[in-house]
Amino acid sequence: MSRSTQPSFGIEKLLRAALYSVLILFAVYYLLPLFVMLVNSVKTLDEIRGGNMMSLPEVFTFEPWLVAWSKAQIGVEPTGLSPYFINSIMMVVPAVTISTALGALNGYVLTKWRFPGDKIIFGLMLFACFIPFQIVLIPMARVLGIIGMAGTTSGLVLVHVVYGLGFTTLFFRNYYAAFPDELIKAAKMDGAGFWRTFTRILLPSSGPIIVVTVIWQFTNIWNDFLFGASFADFDSMPMTVALNNLVSSSTGVKEYNVHFAGAVLAALPTLVVYVVSGRYFVRGLMAGAVKG
Amino acid sequence: MQPSLPSKAQATLREVLPRLVLSPSLFLILLFVYGFIIYTGYLSLTDSRMLPSYELDGFGNYTKLWGQRNWLIALQNLAIFGILYIAICSVLGLVLAILLDQKIRGEGILRPIYLYPMALSFIVTGTAWKWFLDPGLGLENTMHLWGWESFTFNWIKDRNMAIYTVVIAAVWQSSGFVMAMFLAGLRGIDSEILKAAQMDGASRWSLYTRIVIPQLRPVFLSAFVVLAHLAIKAYDLVIALTNGGPGRATELPATFMYSYTFTRNQMGVGASSAVIMLAMIASIIVPYLYSELRERR
Repeated sequence: MSRSTQPSFGIEKLLRAALYSVLILFAVYYLLPLFVMLVNSVKTLDEIRGGNMMSLPEVFTFEPWLVAWSKAQIGVEPTGLSPYFINSIMMVVPAVTISTALGALNGYVLTKWRFPGDKIIFGLMLFACFIPFQIVLIPMARVLGIIGMAGTTSGLVLVHVVYGLGFTTLFFRNYYAAFPDELIKAAKMDGAGFWRTFTRILLPSSGPIIVVTVIWQFTNIWNDFLFGASFADFDSMPMTVALNNLVSSSTGVKEYNVHFAGAVLAALPTLVVYVVSGRYFVRGLMAGAVKG
Repeated sequence: MQPSLPSKAQATLREVLPRLVLSPSLFLILLFVYGFIIYTGYLSLTDSRMLPSYELDGFGNYTKLWGQRNWLIALQNLAIFGILYIAICSVLGLVLAILLDQKIRGEGILRPIYLYPMALSFIVTGTAWKWFLDPGLGLENTMHLWGWESFTFNWIKDRNMAIYTVVIAAVWQSSGFVMAMFLAGLRGIDSEILKAAQMDGASRWSLYTRIVIPQLRPVFLSAFVVLAHLAIKAYDLVIALTNGGPGRATELPATFMYSYTFTRNQMGVGASSAVIMLAMIASIIVPYLYSELRERR
């Protein structure tokens, strides 16, 4: 077996340069669609039609953003995307809060108050994370109709809480599993009950996992399309469904600049969350993917 | 020393309380997940059309399903899309992770750039790529304007190639995430082993192929499971990017199920396709979860 010789200094430098070029090339690849969207959302329609999608705007206009936000025709009235943005917020805030709270409690019970059969229950919840939602669409539509929640934001909140439970439970379970049992035992010895142990001992150190869970749930629920398209009506439509209606509507002139402004508006909340707390976002993705 | 004994009722409450707290969630999951799976499974055996019917019809829907050209196209598309999506994301993710792991200056800037598409809705991704891939507006037009007149890239309008545009957009969205998984895996490898191998004179290539990549096996498995289940569930992206077209060229099982159930009034067939989708995912997820849960205790 021949041993590889140490590369000389010049080759090493060249390799380094190549490495950086490749990495920067990929950065361009990932940024390009966002760049195209942003640049074309501030051009006039004429400039888009006649021009190059890569070129910077000759005339800078903020009009498409205003149209997308408050004037574009989506439902019956030309309201723009703003009411749907608000719908999404009205849906996301309670859904994230409830599913996170339930997940925390479930994780607490499943790790610190174990009982026979708890692993089976956890397994059942875990599998629920992965089901294709097509399997629940038909009965869900009927149940929402029966309980009078069809086409409402509260109906969507219910749906997102139910199908988010698996993940929130998983996150908290894994986090609390690593929490020393001795502390819990000591608290129990001191006479602290179920709730006291939770609020005084576990909750104060749950900050990171709460952030991870909230970000995960927020991103997933905000970005959901299938449930919104299936169970919402014109008044409760979330942002993603409204955006799709705007972009794919076949009537009238296609106002690409408005479409892009709308797409960026729909992406903005999750992007902001990601930029502000990207570290946690990554951790959430990992926690969802790699168990243990 | 024993603490003062609580009364019997309190003791019982204390005993049941944890289970009581868990029960609403368990109830929701049992009803809305497993109950619904049974319900849809039952519907798939009935002659339901526009509305659910409870007349049993045996396996008629399944026979009908497998006789549908659209279903076979959807499965074929899923195979093409799934294999390419998983393979390209894994390779690209691994390569990017290894390149980023070379003590790169500016890693803190590059990593979020690679990863941010994961934060976007597939509808946003679809909107952006639909335009980018449109021959008259996007890349092809740009190349023409830049003087490369003979450049053509019209896959999105081409029946035979359109499914590959779904792959392009989906890879763009997910590969950064796979990169993050591999990067975390790389950072978790014991650096002592690597140092020892380097001392033994192992080349950089054999260091990776012999030591590092084999150690990343669990990450490959996790990435596979996540990507495979995303592929089988893929719906939003196709709706936003091609809406299943041109013709039915980018139909996937998820879009098939939706259109048969809700627009073509073939609820029984739609339900049976949903059951097949569940079976596909279960065949990947159940063994994975089983081994994950068993290993830990």
